[in-house]
Amino acid sequence: MHSQIAIRVGIAQKLLELAEANKDIVVVTSDARGSAAIEKFFERFPDRSIEVGIAEQTAVGVAAGLSLCGKKTFVFGPACFYSARSLEQVKNDVAYSGADVKIMAVSGGVSYGPLGSTHHSLHDIAVYRAIPNIAVILPSDAHQGAAVVQALLNINQPAYVRVGRNPVPLLYSQQEDSFTFGKANILKEGKDLAIMAAGEVSWHALEAGKILDSMGVKTTVIDIPCVKPLDAELILQVARSVGKIMVVEEHSIHGGLGEAVCSLLSKNYPVPVEIIAIPDEYPVTGTQSEVYSNYNLDYSGIAKRAQEFLRRIEIGKIHTRD
Amino acid sequence: MSAELKLKAIEIRKKLLSMIYKAKSGHTGGSLSCVDILVSLHYGVMRLNPKDPKWADRDRFILSKGHSVEAYYAVLADLGFFSETELETYCRFGSRLTGHPTTKVPGVEVNTGALGHGLAVGVGMALAGKIDKKDYKVFVLMGDGELGEGSVWEAAQVASHHKLDNLVAIVDRNRLQISGPTEEVLRLEDLQAKWTAFGWKVLRADGHDIDQLISLFKALPTVPQTPHLVIAQTIKGKGISFIENRKEWHHHVPNDDEYKRAMEELDEQIRELEKSCTHK
Repeated sequence: MHSQIAIRVGIAQKLLELAEANKDIVVVTSDARGSAAIEKFFERFPDRSIEVGIAEQTAVGVAAGLSLCGKKTFVFGPACFYSARSLEQVKNDVAYSGADVKIMAVSGGVSYGPLGSTHHSLHDIAVYRAIPNIAVILPSDAHQGAAVVQALLNINQPAYVRVGRNPVPLLYSQQEDSFTFGKANILKEGKDLAIMAAGEVSWHALEAGKILDSMGVKTTVIDIPCVKPLDAELILQVARSVGKIMVVEEHSIHGGLGEAVCSLLSKNYPVPVEIIAIPDEYPVTGTQSEVYSNYNLDYSGIAKRAQEFLRRIEIGKIHTRD
Repeated sequence: MSAELKLKAIEIRKKLLSMIYKAKSGHTGGSLSCVDILVSLHYGVMRLNPKDPKWADRDRFILSKGHSVEAYYAVLADLGFFSETELETYCRFGSRLTGHPTTKVPGVEVNTGALGHGLAVGVGMALAGKIDKKDYKVFVLMGDGELGEGSVWEAAQVASHHKLDNLVAIVDRNRLQISGPTEEVLRLEDLQAKWTAFGWKVLRADGHDIDQLISLFKALPTVPQTPHLVIAQTIKGKGISFIENRKEWHHHVPNDDEYKRAMEELDEQIRELEKSCTHK
């Protein structure tokens, strides 16, 4: 069994560690200390821990004010609320004003599972991608989550960081080298199909790649933590060398990583792309893993969809460049 | 002091009208109603350094009613945050002087224009002051119609919970919003009781009496560990007879004749002020 840890735990531990030396770090939350696993930060640094109650709009406005006075402000709360209710504050007070605020959106995607669509955030990448001057980052494991926190401290730019709620397997053996701002990571290389993913589905993408390898389909698997800015160079390089791409994301089919990759390719080097995402509907009731399974976002679903994709290419339903 | 700043306020009114007239865009009524509040704060109360707009110890001002930007830009330019001639570019292609304030303009602390945002940002700035043990104050100017935004009341609760006595909110209580009288569009009263219930110390002032405003602002906080709200009673369109208290002047742009008459009225006010000064 793989050892599992929630990404939010990795992030909270790292922030606690960094705040000892960096006195500018401030945390703002909207009654989400438990969800965000930042109780220890509140205990250790009460003067730099701001509680605003259940008021996500104000949490973001307050964070902007703190950052405009020189603080490194991290706002913690559920992604579902920070990608809708407080979006105007993110756009105007943070991104448009140039306030160096990091929105640490926890329990993202469908990680609240059976709580339903009020608690899901499947539109967040789409809306955040369309706002200038804010990075969009989806760490894929706890090591990378910690690396993201460290990297963001040195980048004076707003960021939206979306992580899940549940313990997930480690994709990286250590924090070091797991994240460079604006860069994607090649997890494995193969010539027949490239699978690209962001966030917690990246582990499933890698497992699917291994399954496909064992069946004779040699796969490249790319983890893309930085959805914006996108690592255009690496994605185009893979498009040129492999020529067939699958994108996997815990997001709506509209406006996410898949469309970001397609937009890049259509301008520069069009190749067939298959996107596995949540269709344009409110998802079926179930745990995160049940929802993954229902929409082929888990490794067996990804492997199945990959074979179907390659089969359609083989019989000429989809044309490759050659 | 008083006559000098009264004169300053009239000059600011002339400048903002000229900006709106030339740009064929702007919010005339609300800009005119808050001029005396802006002048009181920026010339008589706040600790500022136009040569160093980011000075860490400066007092902060947020124009939460961002549509009154013409008055604000005119004040910032007069103080020397940027050149007076730049005011000519207001709302022109490529200008940094957009129709709502942005941080591209020296002196502007945060981008405003969407109502109901400024108070929360002010709370954040006041909290930063407390964390850093600095003694600067944060002033947030809101419109009265703006108080319809729920986010204002969220931020009001947070401010009193965190005991922010370095935070001063001001309501430009001109009693008119774009559709008509505030009490008809959406009743706001009893404002004093509401803000008091939210944990604020509420004070009232004549929003066009510069001396009164300055001495009131300078005396804050009157109650420790408490944020303060100043309800400034104002007249929308203040200073120009045919603009005062007319809802259509919320964002009406003066035509040639209206502009000429408005400037004549303001010039006459300057002459009267000078006359009364020489008599003294």
